[in-house]
Amino acid sequence: MVSLTPYENPSYFLMLFVALLPIVIGLLAGRKFHWYETLVSFFFLLMTFGGPKWHQGLALIGYLVFEMILVTLYDRYRKQKNDTWVFVLAVLLAIAPLVVVKMTPLLAHGGNAIIGFLGISYLTFKAVQTVMELRDGTLKDYNPWFFLQFMAFFPSISSGPIDRYRRFRNDYEKVPDRDKYLGMLQKGVHYIFLGFVYKFMLSYFFGTFLLPRFEKTAMATPGLSWALVGVTYIYSMYLFFDFAGYSLFAVGTSYFMGIETPMNFKKPFLAHNIKEFWNRWHITLSFWFRDFIYMRLVFFFMKKKVFKSPKTTANVTYILNMGLMGFWHGLTWYYILYGFIHGFALVANDWWIAVKKKHPGRIPHNKFTEAFAIFMTFNFVCFTFLIFSGFLDKLLFAR
Amino acid sequence: MDTKETVLSILQDLTGTDVSDAMDDNLFDSGLLDSMGTVQLLLQLQGQLGIDVPVSEFERTEWDTPNKIIAKAESMK
Repeated sequence: MVSLTPYENPSYFLMLFVALLPIVIGLLAGRKFHWYETLVSFFFLLMTFGGPKWHQGLALIGYLVFEMILVTLYDRYRKQKNDTWVFVLAVLLAIAPLVVVKMTPLLAHGGNAIIGFLGISYLTFKAVQTVMELRDGTLKDYNPWFFLQFMAFFPSISSGPIDRYRRFRNDYEKVPDRDKYLGMLQKGVHYIFLGFVYKFMLSYFFGTFLLPRFEKTAMATPGLSWALVGVTYIYSMYLFFDFAGYSLFAVGTSYFMGIETPMNFKKPFLAHNIKEFWNRWHITLSFWFRDFIYMRLVFFFMKKKVFKSPKTTANVTYILNMGLMGFWHGLTWYYILYGFIHGFALVANDWWIAVKKKHPGRIPHNKFTEAFAIFMTFNFVCFTFLIFSGFLDKLLFAR
Repeated sequence: MDTKETVLSILQDLTGTDVSDAMDDNLFDSGLLDSMGTVQLLLQLQGQLGIDVPVSEFERTEWDTPNKIIAKAESMK
């Protein structure tokens, strides 16, 4: 049996087109066939996690069953009582499989956990988010079968975008009217073709063609070199076009199915500062952290009056929040450092905004300063991507 | 004080700006509110008006102008 990585080759897209056709016809006629959508989802999950990767498939099934039981039990409990320790326990259990998967390479000298599969870190966000909304009481009509549909929605299963339970359910249950759906189809086609340009042309050019050449030269020159500068910018371009291309495919495919999966990128390199950058880069991840980590921590710290001033609270939480995001990427020094640098950058960003507010009119603001801000932000971000890439690890320690 | 006045005074404290002449301006776009300010707003609503807004109830697009915040606060009273 074959096994296909999502959105990697022409046959995947061909199968996607054939499988989506009945859904498109149905939606144009104003109908949704959930049993057929489930069948399609199952088929594509089988293509991704079947054949030689069957052990990943088993891990996925085990994971989904585990999370479904856990969240269902928590929902039952929450209808009766609302103790904090049960909530904390539920969250810890929900992230436990991910923690095991992330820890294993460290403990087993690069080996991989048998319970791991492509996309586990993205699914964990959805599970934790569902637990948190149950805790808050904002999610009242939880349904285990629907939870599975939400978790295993195949277009975004391997790398996001990270959708939200209630938002997804609204789209899932609704049949968009004809005009709206035609608009979605048009956008879907546009996104998928833009994805082709991003992923198969630009990402290929930067990542497969240019990057290895520059890396080789940089490895041959000790310390700082022009080649290393090249690696920095080429890797950044590759990272963007590869990930944004993938996201365009996932969003485009969702649109065909009548689901408006949120966009993941919004011209990130045009951000004027780091705060704005995180509103434009990997948006569903950064908003997840904002809504479920940052705001909750701030709320907790403020309520318990842990820190004297709101400013300190904000700053400490920025660093915790982004540090945690670093850990989520993986337990290597470069991912963790990447997270913390962005945490400190957000602190500096807020400090600068406060300075500007304090001295209105003293700091010039015009087209040139704006261009300069974009330029600075872009270069800073590329530098942090160099850290993120892990290339420095090879350059410094693997000679 | 009614809900409207209370919300406006909370917003004035938080943003350092009198927003009563810009009731339909987007507070997030203008940079007057951010995540931090949002949490402070929710805490103040809880403390001064007794309205419990869980963080996950907070959908930015429903809370982004003074008028919307007042409407939300009134609906949750």
